[in-house]
Amino acid sequence: MSFIAPNFRHPEQGANGLGLRRSDYEGALSTLCAGCGHDSVSAAIVQACFEMDVEPHRVGKFSGIGCSSKTPNYFLNHSHGFNSVHGRMPSVATGAILGNRDLLYIGISGDGDTASIGMGQFIHAARRNLDMLYLVENNGCYGLTKGQDSATADLGSVSKTGVATELYGLDLCALALQSGASLVGRSFSGDKSQLVQLLKTAIAHRGFAFLDVISPCVTFNNTPASTKSYDYAREHIDVAGALDFVPHQSAIEIDYAEGEVQKVHLHDGSELLLEKVGKDAGALDDKTAALAAMNRAQDAGRMLTGLLYLDTELPDLHTVNRTVATPLNQLGQDELFPGLDALEQINAEQS
Amino acid sequence: MTAPLSAVNEFVVCIANVNGTGSASANALFAKAVFAGGVPVAPKNIFPSNIQGLPTWFEVRISEAGHLGRRGDIDIMVGVNAQSLEADYAQVRPGGYFLYDSTKQLPQHFAREDITHYGVPLTALSADHFSDMRQRQLLSNTVYVGALAALFGMDLDRIKGQLARQFAGKERLIDANALALDLGHDYVRQHYGSDSCGLKIRELEPASERILMTGNSALGLGAVYAGATVMAWYPITPSTSVAEAFEAYCRRLRRTEDGEKRYAVIQAEDELAALGMVIGANWNGARGFTATSGPGISLMNEFFGLAYFAEVPAVVVNVQRAGPSTGMPTRTQQSDVLLSAYASHGDTKHPLLFPSDPAECFTAMADAFDLADRAQTPVLVMVDLDLGMNEYLSAPLAWPEGRSYDRGKVLDADALENLSERYGRYLDVDGDGIAWRTWPGSHPDKGAFFTRGTSRDRYAAYTERSEAYSDNMERLLRKWETIKTLVPEATLEHGDGEAEIGLICYGTSLLSTLEAVRGFDVPIDVLRLRAFPFSPNVGEFIARHRTVMLIEQNRDAQMRTLLVNELEIAPGLIHPVLHYDGMPIPANTIAEQMQRILRRTGIQVLDKEDVAA
Ligand SMILES: Cc1ncc(C[n+]2csc(CCOP(=O)(O)OP(=O)(O)O)c2C)c(N)n1
Ligand code: SF4
Ligand SMILES: [Mg+2]
Repeated sequence: MSFIAPNFRHPEQGANGLGLRRSDYEGALSTLCAGCGHDSVSAAIVQACFEMDVEPHRVGKFSGIGCSSKTPNYFLNHSHGFNSVHGRMPSVATGAILGNRDLLYIGISGDGDTASIGMGQFIHAARRNLDMLYLVENNGCYGLTKGQDSATADLGSVSKTGVATELYGLDLCALALQSGASLVGRSFSGDKSQLVQLLKTAIAHRGFAFLDVISPCVTFNNTPASTKSYDYAREHIDVAGALDFVPHQSAIEIDYAEGEVQKVHLHDGSELLLEKVGKDAGALDDKTAALAAMNRAQDAGRMLTGLLYLDTELPDLHTVNRTVATPLNQLGQDELFPGLDALEQINAEQS
Repeated sequence: MTAPLSAVNEFVVCIANVNGTGSASANALFAKAVFAGGVPVAPKNIFPSNIQGLPTWFEVRISEAGHLGRRGDIDIMVGVNAQSLEADYAQVRPGGYFLYDSTKQLPQHFAREDITHYGVPLTALSADHFSDMRQRQLLSNTVYVGALAALFGMDLDRIKGQLARQFAGKERLIDANALALDLGHDYVRQHYGSDSCGLKIRELEPASERILMTGNSALGLGAVYAGATVMAWYPITPSTSVAEAFEAYCRRLRRTEDGEKRYAVIQAEDELAALGMVIGANWNGARGFTATSGPGISLMNEFFGLAYFAEVPAVVVNVQRAGPSTGMPTRTQQSDVLLSAYASHGDTKHPLLFPSDPAECFTAMADAFDLADRAQTPVLVMVDLDLGMNEYLSAPLAWPEGRSYDRGKVLDADALENLSERYGRYLDVDGDGIAWRTWPGSHPDKGAFFTRGTSRDRYAAYTERSEAYSDNMERLLRKWETIKTLVPEATLEHGDGEAEIGLICYGTSLLSTLEAVRGFDVPIDVLRLRAFPFSPNVGEFIARHRTVMLIEQNRDAQMRTLLVNELEIAPGLIHPVLHYDGMPIPANTIAEQMQRILRRTGIQVLDKEDVAA
């Protein structure tokens, strides 16, 4: 889906810039159902990290509970991972990020894990603009507990239970956008090239990068009348503008007609080239325009994918807190212990 | 007619006021001035769950003998709350004293003949001298402090010195308050002379250095000294001031010259999130903690289990209060013992520490972080509203020269590099049930593991094999045995250990227990629990004493249940002495229940006298 042929070599075969092979980014063997969308997302993460020369051991992986939340075990074997409790991954990630600001943090959740039991923590992680990638593998159902509707199941959608959903489905992108996330995107597990571009952008971004990835559950919600099935997704996706992620180390010359492409600088020095679609496409950091575009697509029975919103200026939690540059977990007693004189002084104040 | 009470440095003052009228600073001024004169005090703030309008009481126990628990009755009442006046009046002991605002006349039926009345026109005096409406109300409180000073024969300059400290930098407030003190003092001198009240305060040369501090402040400061860098919390009385103290001391002691912070304090969205954040921080190698009360602990239950099974350190301060959220959130209790000890689903248990005063609160934080890191498990520091929110007399806070943080078993990059065998996160290489952990980001290809509950083997690899599960559960039990050797021992607080009667108590029940014991004419030993799991001397103490009683502030004798359960003791061997009305446990309640138990068990004791006298 990339519309500009990048002129740097894709190191598909062999080693990346760190001398690591793709296999160095893989994880344990997946135990998910054959054809589960979640496995494609894991593969996209492997590819994005490999191509971006991410140091695997400098990544922290987090998840809640669900089939989706099992997947951090299936990529980046050399990273520490934390399979926490149902819906509470954001808080565990928050603490970890506070403790060490220098790692790359990837959180994987499901639509059950995020949109129901974990809604509060999700919203607050976005609000704090935590520096992490938060990805929901959205299949419209609770896979691991055998297919109950989730809160993102669309009105009228029919899963394997055969009963049409009677309630309104939540749009996690709209919620993230309203809650303070600084990057919001949507994709489909079946569109690997778009997903990899979005992942790279999210990894390069500093702040809360939220990706809602339609990731069909082949066992419980891939029926003809489900709006989260492979077929439905393929037929109903609109792309908000093709994007090409240009890593910071590559010098490129591209010809593009003025006004057709938007250029965005990311925190790690990378650049993003984004095709502008239609005359009414607003600036990337225009919340109102982003919401309007999403609503228009929804009204037309379509699903808008791509990078929907990006604000590279919004300060992340550490910036707001004014935390020292050294990760807190690296500070020893020398830096943290206030000393016995100070204690004596405090005692004197209490007597 | 009852003779007026007469006592020097041994009595109880109670000030009955209205919440939100700014009486706190006047009340504190009085208590601190007594303390500054070298006389031991125990102020207790009894306040409603309300911002403005409901009754509040400030009870000050003054005791040269060092009886600083609640005694349970009042010698002199300052009654300035019309709502509660009737009940407050009735509470005064026969022979006691009643000071009231005589700006308005007392109702006719306030005619006790067994007490002495002092009418002081607090409102009128204040109104005559101060023009600002809000100031008038505030300063009428200071007027009664001046009046009390005159009755007790206190040195007014001592109080003014305290005033200058309390309002340092706010000169206008100092002047106004000093005038208000004089007004109350002079009025009493003119109308009642200097000898009418039999209760006197005489300054002392204190035997040792003492401080007056709230337990919560000491806990917050303790966390700063213990190296905590991440604090996540959700507001709840009576624990809020732990977070506030931590943040305030960090602002003072933990910022770089450029104002950057070597700490992070997050007001979480709820207590679940707060503990999640603490777990995340500790998992990543930063010391993190939270402070909450019973309702918060209830919410945190699932996370306690995760931290226990995934073996992630965490420190949680539980400032206990009475009952549920719509219980009595501003009243004290020791009623979360079982909830905390066994928090969560599955077979879980957690170490608890029970400090008794501010100096112990300070040390308990360092102990808790060291224990949590060493044992890789959540540790709870158990206090209650009484200790947390009231100023407690205490030895100064102390940090032993040379004490360093024990971060436990952590393999760093070098250790991992030199590792010859395969690393196993849950491999018990030392035989103490505690395996080595690694912090994320340490080494490029060694030491990474996937953290989850129990569906994994010794190498943290996924498995649902039954043997792997039970193998892990048994190692956790071995770890529990190791923890027993790491927690503070129970201490003998009274007696020589040879008595027939043995009392057991913990936390804030200590002071009143010691006072109750002194009213009995038989040898009694008092053992104070300082931690769960119990040190070996606890079981020995119970075995050695013919009659054992356990004093605690809850209805269901929770610590007794814990002892019976963990030490496999016959329940009948421990007699419960209980108090659970939300007020700090008074000595006379303990003494009465002890009497009853001793009579029942056939032990003949002579009660020296009513301990309350
Ligand atoms: C506190 C709690 N309640 C319920 C469960 C049971 N549970 C496990 S996974 C799950 C739903 C997962 O759904 P989702 O997040 O959409 O993941 P999916 O399996 O669909 O990828 C539930 C309810 C649990 N683990 N913990
Ligand atoms: S049940 Fe559904 S979500 Fe779970 S692994 Fe199978 S296909 Fe994937
Ligand atoms: Mg799901």
